[in-house]
Amino acid sequence: MENKVEYEKKPAQNPVEMERTRNRKVFVPKVDIIEAGDAMVMYADMPGADEKSVEVTLEKNVLTITGTVKPQEFAGRSIAYAEYDIGDYERTFTISDEVDRERIGAVVKNGVLKLTLHKAPQAEVKKITVRTE
Amino acid sequence: MFGPVMWRFGGRMDPLHEVQRLQREMGRVFSGLEQPLNSEAPPVNAWVGESDIVVTAELPGVDPGKMDVSVVGDTLTISGTREAEILKEGESYHRQERNHGRFTRSLQLPFHVETGKVEAKYDRGILRITLPRAESDKPKKVPVSCH
Repeated sequence: MENKVEYEKKPAQNPVEMERTRNRKVFVPKVDIIEAGDAMVMYADMPGADEKSVEVTLEKNVLTITGTVKPQEFAGRSIAYAEYDIGDYERTFTISDEVDRERIGAVVKNGVLKLTLHKAPQAEVKKITVRTE
Repeated sequence: MFGPVMWRFGGRMDPLHEVQRLQREMGRVFSGLEQPLNSEAPPVNAWVGESDIVVTAELPGVDPGKMDVSVVGDTLTISGTREAEILKEGESYHRQERNHGRFTRSLQLPFHVETGKVEAKYDRGILRITLPRAESDKPKKVPVSCH
């Protein structure tokens, strides 16, 4: 068999797959994204997370939503039946550049994150006059 | 050298390994653990203690007023409606992954409960129901006397 040596560098996944330092399960929250004229509204199901544990970051055009959930403990009782797992939430989206970074609304209610992203006002067309010297 | 395929088809079959694998598969079929979340049956967890049982269900974004919790005999039923967002004129979905509509879930409890003392709390999208064990159902301690 031909022994092939690969010199080519492997392209990284986009975005780069990351690992967490904490050994906790992470779930992808289910989302609804609604386009509403000049805004985009996103609803993400994150049961167990509240306004203190949800984080929304926008870096360049990568929007990341994370939510940490405290594991449930009921003193004096032991788990007898489990159908769902408890863990944190994380999901990343790439968004277009037209989002107004100053006007992003994030509200958490009953374990649902509502994110409102407004479209930025159209960049003014700047005309440059060309002169002769 | 001995991959999983070799173990299964080769002469080196480990009966215990096979039994465990079969058990796992059967467990997966019947446990409902891998059951996808659909709007009809929210998944539940149950915590059993000596004097009560705590049942939790993940129901994010449900109006507490549209939730019903009832106990008949030793059967607990959680039902309700999860409202869909009503789109206005000119709005459209880019993605729609969350489910909505009616849901019902029944669970048989390991003992009879004090129906008057059942408590249900809804916080951060999680419904928590505490069901105290019925006094008549509690184990009785029988003193042993010696003559």
